[in-house]
Amino acid sequence: MKTLAMIAAAAMALGTAALADPVKVGIAAEPYPPFASPDASGNWVGWEVDIINAVCKAAEMDCVVTPVAWEGIIPSLTGGQIDAIMASMSITEERMKVIDFSDKYYNTPTVVVAAKGSGITPTPEGLAGKTIGVQVSTIHEAYAKAHFPDAELKTYQTTDEGFQDLAAGRIDASQADSIAIDAFMATDAGKACCEVVGAVADDPAILGAGVGVGLRKGDEALKEKFNAGIKKIREDGTYDAISKNYFASSIYGG
Amino acid sequence: MGAAGPAALVGGRPVIAFLRPTHRRAMLTIALAALAASALLLDWSWLPRYLPLIAQGVWTTLWLTVVTMSLGMVLAIGLGFAQAAGPAWLAWPARVYCTIIRGTPLLLQLWLLYFGLGAFFPQFPELRQSFLWPILREAWPYAVLALTLSAAGYEGEVMRGAFRGVPHGQIEAARAMGMPRFTLFRRIWLPQALHRALPTIAGETVLQMKSTPLVATITVLDTYSVARRVTQDTFIVYEPLVLLAIVYIIIAGLIVLFFRKLEARLPARMA
Amino acid sequence: MGSLLAFVGSPSAAELLAWSPPGWGATLVAGLWNSILIALGAYALGLAIGIGGAFGKVYGGPVLRDLLEAYTTLVRAVPELVLILILYFALTDAVNKIIALWDYGPIQLSGVAAGIGVLGVVQGAYSTEVIRGAILSVPHGQIEAARAMGMPPVRLARRITLPLMMAAAVPGLANLWLIVTKDTALLAVVGFVELTKATSLAAATTKAFFTFYAAAGVLYLILSLGSTVIFHRIERWARRGQRPLSGGGR
Repeated sequence: MKTLAMIAAAAMALGTAALADPVKVGIAAEPYPPFASPDASGNWVGWEVDIINAVCKAAEMDCVVTPVAWEGIIPSLTGGQIDAIMASMSITEERMKVIDFSDKYYNTPTVVVAAKGSGITPTPEGLAGKTIGVQVSTIHEAYAKAHFPDAELKTYQTTDEGFQDLAAGRIDASQADSIAIDAFMATDAGKACCEVVGAVADDPAILGAGVGVGLRKGDEALKEKFNAGIKKIREDGTYDAISKNYFASSIYGG
Repeated sequence: MGAAGPAALVGGRPVIAFLRPTHRRAMLTIALAALAASALLLDWSWLPRYLPLIAQGVWTTLWLTVVTMSLGMVLAIGLGFAQAAGPAWLAWPARVYCTIIRGTPLLLQLWLLYFGLGAFFPQFPELRQSFLWPILREAWPYAVLALTLSAAGYEGEVMRGAFRGVPHGQIEAARAMGMPRFTLFRRIWLPQALHRALPTIAGETVLQMKSTPLVATITVLDTYSVARRVTQDTFIVYEPLVLLAIVYIIIAGLIVLFFRKLEARLPARMA
Repeated sequence: MGSLLAFVGSPSAAELLAWSPPGWGATLVAGLWNSILIALGAYALGLAIGIGGAFGKVYGGPVLRDLLEAYTTLVRAVPELVLILILYFALTDAVNKIIALWDYGPIQLSGVAAGIGVLGVVQGAYSTEVIRGAILSVPHGQIEAARAMGMPPVRLARRITLPLMMAAAVPGLANLWLIVTKDTALLAVVGFVELTKATSLAAATTKAFFTFYAAAGVLYLILSLGSTVIFHRIERWARRGQRPLSGGGR
């Protein structure tokens, strides 16, 4: 009995029992402007963070935004360190084998950005022999591997690092979400070095059906709550109000 | 310490002596059973598909360790000697260098070189036309540079102690006999210093191998990077990491064996 | 050229590193504090494991000695980064499975706890070797003499073994402290916000890479130099009453 008490005390001291209410919502611990990036005080701000707070409020959940390294975010979910993923993670069949998703909360096209005047087009022929940068473990990596076999692929821990190398000239092109690329093009470095060369040909199997909340398989209760929350904020105008602060038009998509 | 361990697994007789105690045989049986169980029960379905990539990654780890350690040792001999016997204007910068390298994490040094230098490039578009560009735009030169500078910093400290540890009487005698300075360095000081440092260098080489995984964060494809890629593609978490640990244990064992053989070939008596 | 100077130059650097937002100074120092906390916890855990392991290796039975040998060899052969990943996922799993036996719900280990656990286990292997070497370096004649005079074992440990062992152990332990402070940087790869991660976040958000990485380097240097000074004091205290170390080489 004494060992039991000691273990329990140690467990309480070291962690929080999941019996309590807080839902740990995982975001990527790497900046992904304008969706989520840290400000100077270390707090995470951005469109996605605002949406997380809004959905949780609408679904009456007590959410704790928990940054987790992107490359380990799914194992963190299945391992129980977090309860949900809201890190601009696209709903794809590959991922559906391991985790579950809520309804989508946004959907934006996939776009390629390249050095100015490079003549690159977002097609297998246009990228043959060129070096393209993508973030590791994303639909963009999967797409580039499948559709651009003649291009040299460089994978980065974050989309931002890829853009850095693009601006530095180490790679010829970068494929990412159109919003992330827009944010990059709005910076001085982006304007000076690069231009958007167009959207890639659609491949729903790889690119997925929009971005949803990642959940553990079988966690139906939490899924219902998130779906209800998303529906509520879309209906009562909170979604549009938040989006107006960041984007010119709605990114909910078709 | 580990004296009986790896070397015993290579000779014939020492192996039998190693296994004579009953408890060792029992433990070995348990270990082999655990190995067999993990081979059968864990999910290794991804292995055949990724074998070429794994081979590539292991090769990268190996050549990074060997190349950066060798280059680092060359620099370290200079740094160590400057501190042990050099004039103040050489010894002091060497000391500062070693202190800075040993006082900051390798990960930070690596990122400073790769991202810090990389951020300068857009300012100088002329660079892209220069002959240096193919090297500057790849990631592995930065890995080699960072690892080499790190090895130089740590081994420089080791060589400093080694150079000072050579009995001064020998140096004085050689000088008294009129031996030219470079010959003295080449035939008396350096060989004895290296001989003294050898056990430590063996350990340091293992440590250098253990720092190679960090290059995965700057897009270099080494063993660690391949294991993470397998996890990201297949979502299998433990098995790639277990394979990764086994690969590193084998490489560490090879390094220790190599240095054991090297030590055995050198004369045992030191002044 | 002007842009190069502006890049490295002081005014914008001073702004970026300022204490209050939009300066990132406070965030960096908070990251440094996290690093120090984890380092302290891991060091303490490592020392505890090390003392137990060292005594086990010197005075223990054959099975215990072999098990400890396997532990130290394995931990010293596998990169810390790999161990951090394995233990980060496996530790929470294992703890939860054990807790589940008593029907407690799954707990989430905080990042700090996981970091301390992992680095502590790694430090334990190294500490075992350092302390073991220190115990073995105590001249056996002194221990024999004390036993011959009938000194009880605890008093012997307290008045003979420990003081003599400390002097030999301090340099190795000082080295281990420096290693653990730098190993905390590896937790950046699992996303935990200590100094290196805070720096990379700041650098990535503001694009002022050089400024922030250099600032982090300075902070780490202050930590390691300060630690070295403290450990020199500790070593002089531990060596009181003994012959001073020779300068090297005769």
